[in-house]
Amino acid sequence: MAVPKRPSKASAAAKAGVAKTGAVARAVRARVEPAAARIDVRKTWKLYIGGAFPRSESGRSYVVSASDGTPYANAVRASRKDLRDAVRAARGAFHPWADRTAMNRGQILYRVAELMEGRRDQFEAEVALAEGLRADRAREVVARAIDRWVWYAGWADKIAQVLGSSNPVASDYFNFTIPEATGVVGIVAPESSSLLGLISRLAPPLVAGNSVVVLASETRPLPAVSLTEVLATSDVPGGVINVLTGRKHELVPVLAAHEDVDALDVWGVPDDLRTAVELSAADSVKRVARRPKGVADARFDWLDDRASERPEWIAAYLEMKTVWHPIGV
Amino acid sequence: MTTDSKALRPWSGDRAPADWGLGDGQAVPWEYAPAPESRDVVTLKPRYGLFIDGREVQASDGGIFRSVNPATEEVIAEVAKATTADVDRAVRAARRAQKTRWGSLPGKERAKYLFRIARILQERSREFAVLETMDSGKPIKESRDVDVPLAANHFWYYAGWADKLDYAFPGRVAKPLGVAAQVIPWNFPLLMLAWKIAPALAAGNTVVLKPASTTPLTALLFAEVCQQADLPAGVVNIVPGPSDIGMHLVSHPDVDKVAFTGSTGVGKLIHKAIAGTDKALTLELGGKAANIVFEDAALDQAVEGIVNGIYFNQGEVCCAGSRLLVQESIQGPLIEKLKDRLSTIRVGDPLDKNTDVGAINSKAQLEKITELVAAGVAEGAELYQPACDLPERGYFFRPTLFTNVAQSHRIAQEEIFGPVLSVLTFRTPDEAVEKANNTPYGLSAGVWTEKGSRILWMVRKMKAGVVWANTFNRFDPTSPFGGYKESGFGREGGMQGLHAYVRLEDR
Repeated sequence: MAVPKRPSKASAAAKAGVAKTGAVARAVRARVEPAAARIDVRKTWKLYIGGAFPRSESGRSYVVSASDGTPYANAVRASRKDLRDAVRAARGAFHPWADRTAMNRGQILYRVAELMEGRRDQFEAEVALAEGLRADRAREVVARAIDRWVWYAGWADKIAQVLGSSNPVASDYFNFTIPEATGVVGIVAPESSSLLGLISRLAPPLVAGNSVVVLASETRPLPAVSLTEVLATSDVPGGVINVLTGRKHELVPVLAAHEDVDALDVWGVPDDLRTAVELSAADSVKRVARRPKGVADARFDWLDDRASERPEWIAAYLEMKTVWHPIGV
Repeated sequence: MTTDSKALRPWSGDRAPADWGLGDGQAVPWEYAPAPESRDVVTLKPRYGLFIDGREVQASDGGIFRSVNPATEEVIAEVAKATTADVDRAVRAARRAQKTRWGSLPGKERAKYLFRIARILQERSREFAVLETMDSGKPIKESRDVDVPLAANHFWYYAGWADKLDYAFPGRVAKPLGVAAQVIPWNFPLLMLAWKIAPALAAGNTVVLKPASTTPLTALLFAEVCQQADLPAGVVNIVPGPSDIGMHLVSHPDVDKVAFTGSTGVGKLIHKAIAGTDKALTLELGGKAANIVFEDAALDQAVEGIVNGIYFNQGEVCCAGSRLLVQESIQGPLIEKLKDRLSTIRVGDPLDKNTDVGAINSKAQLEKITELVAAGVAEGAELYQPACDLPERGYFFRPTLFTNVAQSHRIAQEEIFGPVLSVLTFRTPDEAVEKANNTPYGLSAGVWTEKGSRILWMVRKMKAGVVWANTFNRFDPTSPFGGYKESGFGREGGMQGLHAYVRLEDR
């Protein structure tokens, strides 16, 4: 299979101080030319649907390369059928997840951070390899990803108090507004930031009580797959988070058109698909969460807490329900 | 009223005496003396212009359309029909005003303009109510007691937010989006204008608003209010015209924000028209609300609530309680009471202060209602209409009740937007929830029961943006309104309603 060439990414890595003899090359060598003493056991990179790890029903894969272009793994190339299976799993998991107490949801999401903490070395190596980061930078990115889970997890039992209200209507009614989860959210993950970007977009809908179907970064999918291995051993019920790897041009239009997807995070949608995606989304009145105006995925600074830790990102997947109750004897 | 002694006999028991004939398709055995509201508070202009950049102007091509009183079928005014060039001018004026004046005006000063508008609406309330009724066909009782006071209150409420935005979005700075394009429907012309314009202006945006082509007059009278309030030119622009003018407006490249209230079909078209742009969007679309009555409900109150839920404003309400879900055990007595009550509903001259149900807004809408009611009969539902007299002229439709309705019937699925109630039954709370949610819509719902915990259980289960417990069709500027699912997204009213008109920046 042809190795995709991405000179621009390679030069970006070079600018970041990563030489061919640097961390990426060493890491890739460790994968493709393991030490003679022991033949290592390689991982099969899989999908995560309904709490299980299927390969694609289509039997397809695509080559994933390190940031300098060196191929080093086969990722699953999910099919439309896989995507529909993932949406069905998400729909089934939605109500039980949304109906849990807010504190319980918060604790379950916090638990994900606990488990990631124990796997920091693995995530650092994978993020460094995927994104061409130096070790110290990768360490910072993974630490921030874990801290971001913690930040969002803490919102579970507070967001209703910040965004909800009791409303002083001019009549004899007690009137209040409470936020509720929208439903099944499709997340097209950021392309550039394989773990920190993904978690920054994944945590907000989850903490609100939604279930999600994630299309991972196409060029850097593997940290997302490793995250699913954490999720599977966490307390997040199967089906609440489903993660697919594959070709965005193949999968995004299907996700956008799926009638049982209630909201769509279009952050990582390729620019040439954006209009078509919104045209499809309009057909079933999907909520569309866009990147802020003028923000480019590739230039977004995910390490900036002010930019990525936003209650508004949770609010994008909440519906406000207002209740009128009469007052009288 | 007649002096027939039968009419003075007190109610005994749960039903009317048989010889009254109520509930048997008979008319009430008395007449009401006419009680018309005076029209002389309204001075109709023979022709209304567009309102662009603070001035009334004619359409660039001199085009006009006619606004008809649906209760009499008379043309009551000619109205300038905006062209695409006029819309472009309005957007330019709005942009200029936003940039040079309104956007940089301190919130405290913006607030005072909005307070002025609220006060002028109160001062001219009867004039607005009568004009609204003449243009839309809604009963004067409703335009006088609901539409106009709520519109004034909406401006009042958001006026106070203009200088307090920092408190609505803790940790963020709320900045205006810029120019808002707003398209509103014909069922609550002035009230929908208020819902759109008040929060937009409070947050520092300027607006170009297109009223519905059958009900442009109160919006154009509102233009006069803006002038009286000395609102800076270009902050509010009003461009009546047909739907393609609305589409041109929302697609305009210099518009930052689009807000639409209307049908789900048109909402989807508008979303598509702006796909791929950076325009912010909120949609308030159709509904097919379930009004659910449990066996322990206070039946007489429930009957009033059901009637208010579906016959208020001729049923031309997106959140109308058009599907009655009644617990099987009380179906008989409830339907009987409902039929009795229907016989006392007064249908007729909207300007009469006793009228409960006025005229359908347009001939096209009357035809749509007629078609869907025919479909209900054809699909096997059982029709009931009281034998009230309808005026000879005008677009009127009898309050209609369908029993024996299946969930698959068109009258249980489609938004009729008319005085037509479909009755379905349920046995358990779970079944009620399942049937209530069995619709692509999710705007509103009603629950009638004396058990508080059951109310809140139903509230939690129902996919609806507004849930009325033991009441229906209540509105208030402090109370957020808007839908789940295909009823749209975004909220209008309350603190939450501000969100649609701001961009949040880091502090």
